Amino acid sequence: MTGPLLVADDLHRSFGPTPALAGASLSVAAGEIVSIMGPSGSGKSTLLHCLAGIVSPDSGRVAYQDRDVVAMSDRERSALRRSQFGFVFQFGQLVPELTCLENVALPLRLERVRRSEAERRAKDWLDRLEVTELAGKRPGEISGGQGQRVAVARALVTAPRVIFADEPTGALDSLNGERVMRLLTGAARDTRAAVVLVTHEARVAAYADREVVVRDGRTRDLARTA
Amino acid sequence: MSIGQTFLGLLEAGPRHGYDLKRAYDDRFGRDRPLHYGQVYATLSRLLKNGLVEVDGTEPGEGPERKRYAVTDAGVTDVQRWLASPEKPDPYLQSTLYTKVVLALVTGRPANDLLDTQRAEHLRLMRELTRRKNDGDLADQLVCDHALFHLEADLRWLELTAARLDDLRRAVTS
Ligand SMILES: Nc1ncnc2c1ncn2[C@@H]1O[C@H](COP(=O)(O)OP(=O)(O)OP(=O)(O)O)[C@@H](O)[C@H]1O
Ligand SMILES: [Mg+2]
Repeated sequence: MTGPLLVADDLHRSFGPTPALAGASLSVAAGEIVSIMGPSGSGKSTLLHCLAGIVSPDSGRVAYQDRDVVAMSDRERSALRRSQFGFVFQFGQLVPELTCLENVALPLRLERVRRSEAERRAKDWLDRLEVTELAGKRPGEISGGQGQRVAVARALVTAPRVIFADEPTGALDSLNGERVMRLLTGAARDTRAAVVLVTHEARVAAYADREVVVRDGRTRDLARTA
Repeated sequence: MSIGQTFLGLLEAGPRHGYDLKRAYDDRFGRDRPLHYGQVYATLSRLLKNGLVEVDGTEPGEGPERKRYAVTDAGVTDVQRWLASPEKPDPYLQSTLYTKVVLALVTGRPANDLLDTQRAEHLRLMRELTRRKNDGDLADQLVCDHALFHLEADLRWLELTAARLDDLRRAVTS
């Protein structure tokens, strides 16, 4: 494919009287790692949610592989999310009742992959993220940094084309944050997955190929304006 | 950085030739800025004159590169003193960036663009250092992290200043 993988064009979205997005545009090429930065409340998460088909914009266009995401039915959109996208958030994303191995295998089980196969692939990803020894533990028994690495493994297990990460290191100290970023971007590059990374930390954004700044719901693409 | 004291410290492990000393220095501390031979021999002759090193042997032939140098007791004391005294923290009070921002505001130029351009340049360097850090060994990681934390501090200042630009404009133009 030659054109961008994922495009958002002139998005507007308000929550009641609050405009969260007021003309945000962004395009992501296959395999590209893009960071979204900007002050708190500027609309970063809303932009990520629109790109991922979690929130619908009031106006503007979102296209994934030239398919109009806004026009899709809810069912089509959730199928798209399950098969093409992976998600990593700041915290609270692992199912507490399941072991780490079962957590990582879960997206595959939802895609009806056989249990033995799903757990084999989940284990490979736990190995890659250097958390092999956590397979049998539950999320309540592991540290925040370990939990984020398990979450990254879970985001990658379905071989997504885009990984959406919203402050993936927000709750970690800098050493653990760096480790998560190194593993996340390393795995994304190896599998040619694109990453949309929301962060307010410049050292985290520096793992990306390019950054976009959001201010008052509007994007400024510095690489293109500079 | 004090090349002299660094040489003395390297010589504590044992005598070395001038070229060997340069190689050891470049390897550990000078990856981005290797020493010139001129610097090496100027430093060594100064240390020699001050009695901090002595010539430990000479190979046949001409020129300073034939000499082997050893640290003296006075030299060891000098390194010891250097390591024990804290470096003066840089107060960072003379900021070109601050001057540029104020000047842009006073002359009615778009200060926001100036901040954004600078921000993009900082992040570009941070990406480069991050790549180098991830491809490098522990020494690369430590050197790059030191630079990255400083650049991050600059970026935070740029963000904060961007958020206060209207106040600053009022303050400097009234
Ligand atoms: N579900 C929601 N309901 C009401 N208001 C919302 C909702 N989501 C976002 N907003 C508002 O939209 C604006 C943008 O929010 P958003 O979460 O996108 O910002 P952000 O840049 O991610 O901020 P932060 O860095 O603090 O996470 C804010 O004013 C926020 O209060
Ligand atoms: Mg947010």
